[in-house]
Amino acid sequence: MSNGALDLSDQVPRNDFKEEVVIKYAIRRMIFVLPTLWAVVTFVFFLIRIVPGGPAVAALGSYATEESIRALEKQMGLDEPILVQYGKFLMNLCQGNLGKSLITNKPISQEIARALPYTLDLAIGGMIIGILFGIPTGIITALRRNRPPDYIGRILSLVGISMPEFYLGILLMYLLAIKLHLFPVLGGGDLSHLSSRLYHLFLPALTLGIIMTAFISRMVRSSMLNVLREDYVRTAKAKGLHERAVIYKHALRNALIPTVTVIGIYMSILMGGSVLTEIIFSRPGLGKMMVFAVKDRDYIALQSVIIIFSAFVFLFNLITDLLYSIIDPRIEYH
Amino acid sequence: MPISQKEILIKTFKSNKTSVVGLLMAFGVVTIALIAPWISPYDPIAQDMNIQHAPPSWAHPFGADSYGRDQFSRILWGSRVSLVVGILSVLFAMAAGIPLGMVGGYKGGRIDNLVLRFIDIFMSFPIVILGLLVLAIMGPGLIKIVIAIGVALTPRIARLARGSTLSIKGKEYIEAARAVGQNDGKILFVHVLPNIFGEILVMGTLWVATAIIVEASLSFIGLGVRPPTPSWGAMIRDGLDQLTNAPWLSLFPGLAIFTSVFSFNLIADGLRDISDPKLRG
Repeated sequence: MSNGALDLSDQVPRNDFKEEVVIKYAIRRMIFVLPTLWAVVTFVFFLIRIVPGGPAVAALGSYATEESIRALEKQMGLDEPILVQYGKFLMNLCQGNLGKSLITNKPISQEIARALPYTLDLAIGGMIIGILFGIPTGIITALRRNRPPDYIGRILSLVGISMPEFYLGILLMYLLAIKLHLFPVLGGGDLSHLSSRLYHLFLPALTLGIIMTAFISRMVRSSMLNVLREDYVRTAKAKGLHERAVIYKHALRNALIPTVTVIGIYMSILMGGSVLTEIIFSRPGLGKMMVFAVKDRDYIALQSVIIIFSAFVFLFNLITDLLYSIIDPRIEYH
Repeated sequence: MPISQKEILIKTFKSNKTSVVGLLMAFGVVTIALIAPWISPYDPIAQDMNIQHAPPSWAHPFGADSYGRDQFSRILWGSRVSLVVGILSVLFAMAAGIPLGMVGGYKGGRIDNLVLRFIDIFMSFPIVILGLLVLAIMGPGLIKIVIAIGVALTPRIARLARGSTLSIKGKEYIEAARAVGQNDGKILFVHVLPNIFGEILVMGTLWVATAIIVEASLSFIGLGVRPPTPSWGAMIRDGLDQLTNAPWLSLFPGLAIFTSVFSFNLIADGLRDISDPKLRG
C-alpha cells in the first residue's frame, strides 16, 4: 500500500540482508500465528456442535423424522464421537477439505472458491478507496488544525464512522443506481470480464471505501499531529528545510507507521462490513454465503465460512506486520 | 500531574463543544426511548391496510410500512431496542472484560499470556460475525443479542483494561499498597479500577455507538428481536423491497440509527483527547 498514494520506497534504507531477514521474520510470525488460528478453528467447531439437537436436526427442522435425521448424521459423520469428528475435521481442513453442505450436499470448498473473489474484490477495493482518500484528508486536516478544513474534515469523518455500511449502501444505491441509473442495482457481475467486474464492484466498494476513508483520515490526522510535535520535525524546520520537505520526508513517514499497524484492524472491520454490503447489493460473496447458511441452518457451511473469514483476518494482520517491518527500519526481528 | 479523572472530564467537556452537542443529542435519544409509549401517535404494531406504503404526510410523518403500520411510531419505539442493546451489551462486556484485562495486566507472566491469547482469538472475528455466530447458535431474542454483542466486545474492553493496568502498575500508590501488604484483589478493585475506569468509560461511549450499529446490522440480517417488535435494522430490511416506490421506509429508520450513533460518537470524540486514539478497533 505504501506504493499506492505515496511512494515511500526510496526512503527506506535497504541493505542486502534486509529481504532475507524479512522473510525469516515472516515465517516466524506465521509459526506464531498458527496456534491462535488452530484455537479459533477449535472454538468454532465446538460452538457449532452445541446447537440444540445438533446440526442435522437444525438443518432438517423439528418436523423431520428420526430416520432422516439419523441418515443425515451418518452421511455427514455427525453420529461419531465428538473427538473423532474433531480429529477428522482437522485432518480434512489441513487438506483444504471443508466438508459438504448439509443442504445442497456439495463440497463447501468449491462454494467458497466461487464466492471468495467477490469478497476479496470488495474488501481490497474498499481499502484502496479508503487509503487514497483517507491519507490526504488526514494530512490536510492535521496541517490545518482548528481551521475550517479541519472542522469540515472531522465532522465528515465522524459522519462516516457513524454510518452503518448497509444504510450508506442503500443511500448510494438509491441515488446512483435507482435514480441516476449510473450503476447496476444488484449483482456481482461477470468475473471474467474486467469491465463488468469493476462496474458491479464500484458502488459496494465505494460504500465501504467512504467508511474506511473516515477511519483512516482520523487515524492519520491524530498520528500526524503527534509527529508534528516531535523534536526531529522541529529540527528539520529550524535548519530551514522547505515546509513540503519537512512534511513529506520527516513527518509523513513516521505518521504512517501507526496507521499501517491499525490497517489490519480496519481490514477486520472491512470484512465484517462486507457481509452487509454484499447483502444489500446481492453480491454472491462469502458474506452472503454466511447469511444464507444462517438462514438455511446449514451449520457446516457456516462453520467453514467463518473459519475462512478469520483466516483472512489473520492473513491481513500478518501482511500488516510485514509492511510495518518494511516501512519502520527500527523494528527488531527477534 | 495530580489532576483527578473527574477534573479532566469536566475540563474536556468545557473546552469541547462537540461533546456537549453529542451529550444533548444522546440525552434526546434516551428521552425519546423512555417516553416512547406516551409520545407515539399510534400503536407501533397496529395494522391498517388502508394506509399501506403511504408516503409521509401530516398524519403519518414518516409514512406507513407494508403492513400499514405508522413508521413514525415504530421509529420512536425502535429506539428502545437500540439503546437497551447498545448500553447493556457494553455493560456486559465491561463486567467481563475489565476484570480479565486487569488481572492479565497486573499479574503478568503466564496469566497475562493466557489473557492475551484469549484476546487474540476473539479479536480475529469481526464483531458482526462473532455476533452472528453466537446468535445463530442461540437463536434470536433481546437478551441473546445483548449476550452476543457483549461477548464480541469483551476482548476489546479486556485489551483496553489490560493496557491501562500495565501503565499504572508501576505507580507509587500501587507499590505502596503492596508494601503495606494489601492483597491483589483489594489492590485491583480499590486502587487500579478507579484509576483506569475513566478511560474505559470514555471508550465505553464509543463502544455503545458500535454496539448500536452491530444491533442494527444483526436485525437487518434477520437475527434481531422477534417481529413485530420494532427495531431499526429490521425496518430498513423490510423497506428494502420497496426502495423504488417507497424509499422512505428504509431512509427514516436509517436516519434514526445514524443520529443515535452520531451522538455517542460526538461525545466520545470530545473525550478522546484524554485517551489513546489508537485503541479503536
